[in-house]
Amino acid sequence: MDKPVVVIGAGPAGIRACETLAGFGVRPTLLDESQTWGGQIFRQQPGNFKRGFKDLYGFDAERAENLKQTFHKIREQIDYRPQSLVWNAEQNRIDILHKGKTEKLQWSKLIVASGATDRVFPFPGWTLPGVYGLGASQIALKYQACAIGSKVILAGTGPLLYLVAFQYASAGANVVAVLNTAPVSARMKALPKLFCLPGQLARGMYYVSWLKMRGVKMMDGIQIMRAKGETRIEGLVIKDASGKIHELECDALGFGYGLRSETQIADLVSCQFNFNPVQRAFLPAKDLSGKTTVDGVYLAGDGSGIMGVEAAELAGQRAALAVLTELGLCSSKDSGVVRQIQEIESRLQTISKFRAGLEEAFPCPENWIDQLQDDTVVCRCEEITYGDIKQTVLDCNVKEINRLKALSRSGMGRCQGRMCGHATAEILAHLTGQSLQEVGRLRCQPPVKPVPISVVADASLSQESA
Amino acid sequence: MDDKLFDVIIIGAGIVGSSAALKLLDMGMSVCVIESGASGSRSSGINYGGVRRQGRSLAQMPLTQRAHAIWGRLKQTIGIDGEYVRSGHLKLARSDKDMASLERYRELTADCGLGLELLGREELKKRFPYLGERAVGGSFCPEDGHANPRLVSPGFALAAQKAGAIFLEYTTATGFAYDGKLFQVKVHNSDRPLQSRFLVNCAGAWANKVCEAFGEPVPMDCSHPLMFVTEAVPVFMNVSLGVEGGGVYARQVTRGNCVIGGTQGYALDEYRARPGGDGIRTVVGRALELLPDLQNVQIIRTWSGTEGRLPDREPVIGLSSTTPGLVHGFGFAGAGFQIGPAVGEVLAELVAQGQSTTPIEAFSISRFRS
Repeated sequence: MDKPVVVIGAGPAGIRACETLAGFGVRPTLLDESQTWGGQIFRQQPGNFKRGFKDLYGFDAERAENLKQTFHKIREQIDYRPQSLVWNAEQNRIDILHKGKTEKLQWSKLIVASGATDRVFPFPGWTLPGVYGLGASQIALKYQACAIGSKVILAGTGPLLYLVAFQYASAGANVVAVLNTAPVSARMKALPKLFCLPGQLARGMYYVSWLKMRGVKMMDGIQIMRAKGETRIEGLVIKDASGKIHELECDALGFGYGLRSETQIADLVSCQFNFNPVQRAFLPAKDLSGKTTVDGVYLAGDGSGIMGVEAAELAGQRAALAVLTELGLCSSKDSGVVRQIQEIESRLQTISKFRAGLEEAFPCPENWIDQLQDDTVVCRCEEITYGDIKQTVLDCNVKEINRLKALSRSGMGRCQGRMCGHATAEILAHLTGQSLQEVGRLRCQPPVKPVPISVVADASLSQESA
Repeated sequence: MDDKLFDVIIIGAGIVGSSAALKLLDMGMSVCVIESGASGSRSSGINYGGVRRQGRSLAQMPLTQRAHAIWGRLKQTIGIDGEYVRSGHLKLARSDKDMASLERYRELTADCGLGLELLGREELKKRFPYLGERAVGGSFCPEDGHANPRLVSPGFALAAQKAGAIFLEYTTATGFAYDGKLFQVKVHNSDRPLQSRFLVNCAGAWANKVCEAFGEPVPMDCSHPLMFVTEAVPVFMNVSLGVEGGGVYARQVTRGNCVIGGTQGYALDEYRARPGGDGIRTVVGRALELLPDLQNVQIIRTWSGTEGRLPDREPVIGLSSTTPGLVHGFGFAGAGFQIGPAVGEVLAELVAQGQSTTPIEAFSISRFRS
């Protein structure tokens, strides 16, 4: 085979995909932006840090250990390329930035396991130093053994909220409060669905009771009003479920409202996207095997919808089996393969039910827009405020998200809307009385992340033109 | 809009269609503009943003000068400045042969009012020290400049809307007919055709659909100019740059971002195009040669669009050769932004008076008839 099977992302999905491919004698190319395997969930600490997996990953230590062993086992059977940023993708090739050089790679099959980042919504004061995403707060701890501050508030919603709080408190950080925007009633209502993965549910309940036992202040159904502070965050003003205003002192805040998929590569290879009302996002369409609408392109893991680590591993295996079938290397008539596929898909369905429960238990807040002030920055790269966006929508009768970007520059900066795009879309829907689906999806253009001119420049091609 | 009869239906809300609408309203006509996407969002809104007369053909000189005057009144015309600046446009020569063509161009256009200044290598180094070594000289047009197309082109549309034009955005015209008195235009989202006394075809790369419907197809194809923008860096470039022979052009906005274009993207579908990896790498290489100080600056976005072009790279502007009341203005081959507002005025004159006060003979649709 001239062109390799390419797997993008060395997290749980990417590694399991490679393991499955290697098991059938295929040597995949595994591209990863990080220096080490693991993705965000199993981000590795620097080599001279000596914490054990139990300290780093808690209940997931065994899963991490297992993945590590798998990675080392297949290490020689794959073309693993760390520190490789895929900055462009087309229907037959990708462009990679690696150690100050860019190179083109053609693929025969592509498995995209691009992961996710924090979903954040702005509030007055959110750009003050000391305010972090929840995922970022967790990474500071996992990667560098640092807490984001000495008096930390963790706020927002999603299962990550309690996990990060637990990890911070067990590592000895001072967590002054854990504030959930979702009401307790939402969790109660979601219980039947959450019972389909009792182990996962028990873990979550363990975190909560562990934190309560240690006297960590816990509140539910709260609303973030604003962060206080001049040069950095000094406190958080919130409204509790009964409408009472509280002011909590802190020197750091980690906040987030679940995760959002990184879908840029799927977009660049021209996958069809559909609106997913549960995740409040446009996601690349895929079938149970991860197959997209584009020939040879498969998706696995949180990059194509948030499903968590176990699902990511399974989806990676499943996508690899589909690729192998397409390559004629494994037969869909082979009873072993059939059984494996059935097991994976049935487990994915159970997880999917559990995820639906999680979305019910930790719903995306709806009233955060009410707290925005005209001078609240929404797009940090271009410093576009809520007032700017309102004015543009009003002056130019804007109804569509790409149009809003063109006319207001919101989402036009270094992050290209990866961080602010979903918040801007929610704001546009709110201002125009449309649904999130109606305001549309921010189109992606290369590069996926900023790339330096000197690296991208092709001097040989330039001479040709002279 | 039931049974509403318009004086004029305009196909395409780019800078040409919208400025024609603005002028027609001014003349007291009722106008409906049909646009398949958002107004000013295709080539008019995503082009490089050069507001340049230098380098245009002699035939375009009267039009480009007329446009120059309109750009001077941009804020009064559309209510926003559109980041328009008369920075000057510097066209560089990379060889003595290229310098000779710049000299020849200056002679040819001596009476046109461009005020071109020729600069030798030393002069160039003194005035524009940030330029790379390749340039041996250049031609400077002091009153040319650049503007932000994603603001200016929708700006013309919004101004026309405020002045009373009906804009049907996200509406595709699917059928055209003329019964000897009135035009009927079918749209995809209504059973009832719209009617008008005049039809103005400003549909850019998609204009041939109208031409074909009235029996005068043109040999038009598409190009997909590729552009990129850098992160903001301290302002160092005080002119809009081009190169004799083409291949790269660059400007810097007051926020500090550099907007640079050259090469071609690829078509995604009938409407959309995207930059490819090779195209990006080539144009970035050329840009670096032109502006070596940019080497450590990051590219934050690339884009492309769909532009109609005719074999002689001149537009079609004028009356239909088959159908009375039909007027064309399209096919600007990547150079319509500056002259767009003047073409709009000319189209309005053609509707109202049947003739233009600016010479446009060279752009007749009949030139493709064998």
